Amino acid sequence: MDSKTFALMLGGMFLVTYASRVLPIMVLSRLRMPQWLLNWLSFVPAAVLTALLAPAILMPDGSGDLILGLNNQYLIASIPTLVMAIRTRNLILSVAVGVVTMAILRYYPG
Amino acid sequence: MWSSTRTQSPRLQLFLLGVQSAIPIMAGYIPVGFAYGVLARQSGLSLLQSTAMSIVVYAGSSQFIAVSMLAGGGAVGAVISTTLLVNLRHLLFSASLAPYFRRFPSPVLAFLSFGITDETYAVGIGQYPDREPRGAQVLGLHLASYLSWIIGSCIGAAAGGIVGDGARWGLDFALPGMFIALLIGQIKDGITLIVAMLSGLISITLARFHSATWGVIPATIISAAVGVVFKQWIQRHSP
Repeated sequence: MDSKTFALMLGGMFLVTYASRVLPIMVLSRLRMPQWLLNWLSFVPAAVLTALLAPAILMPDGSGDLILGLNNQYLIASIPTLVMAIRTRNLILSVAVGVVTMAILRYYPG
Repeated sequence: MWSSTRTQSPRLQLFLLGVQSAIPIMAGYIPVGFAYGVLARQSGLSLLQSTAMSIVVYAGSSQFIAVSMLAGGGAVGAVISTTLLVNLRHLLFSASLAPYFRRFPSPVLAFLSFGITDETYAVGIGQYPDREPRGAQVLGLHLASYLSWIIGSCIGAAAGGIVGDGARWGLDFALPGMFIALLIGQIKDGITLIVAMLSGLISITLARFHSATWGVIPATIISAAVGVVFKQWIQRHSP
């Protein structure tokens, strides 16, 4: 890609990405927020995480089709990860269990 | 874990605490960054350009979308407007962090907010309510994640065609696995559980019609609003 076009694209991508990161925190951290807004914000983490996770695990091939059977490796690897997370509350341990499960599933496909 | 802490200043300790909490993120960013680097080279960007995008933009999903659009002959304007739409979810992260970052002066806030991603947000928001964050801790988390993304994409771009696939080692599950563990940490009561399930349902429904990233914003806004209404209703109807 020629460097002029690339610089233009990079500049534009930087502006729109950085603006979305900096503007709300700059404005909202200087305001006194009403209780309903604080309540709403308190639900955002759980909502965002599930909104990102559900399609990633249940529609892993990106085609928009639900895959709910044993052929869905993401779904299977999620189970030991979930159990480990609930029992130990340990982030690194939970991720490790999931990654190892996934590696085993890939090594012995089917 | 950091046994020599007695000789370190509290600020360095906090920084290292932040770096430590970034370990699962780094385990995900290096292979995912690698995959981005490989794709970026295939789309016609140079090694320098591929790495520059990770340094300047630092947003995984939009970088993947950008290079796949470029590979398909997409125009610069289309790439930028898609980046804007894909990154709108940062607005939610940034807004949700605001109550914990009140004490930071504006320049610090402007600097630290560059490092907000899906993953640094999720790890951070799991810790901040228990202990108000200090700048050094946030810096450690954000900087370690940022550097691992740059290193991963640079190596991937350098490797170019020689594709070693991290998926063979299950590393493509590192980020979803981390989200699962972080979600469990967020489910503190029944209302939050209902909000989460509703959000997943909406997200999946929308993902059936569009690509998965589009559903995140409406799913979050609607389900969190339902949570607010539900919470007020319960407070009003309890003695």
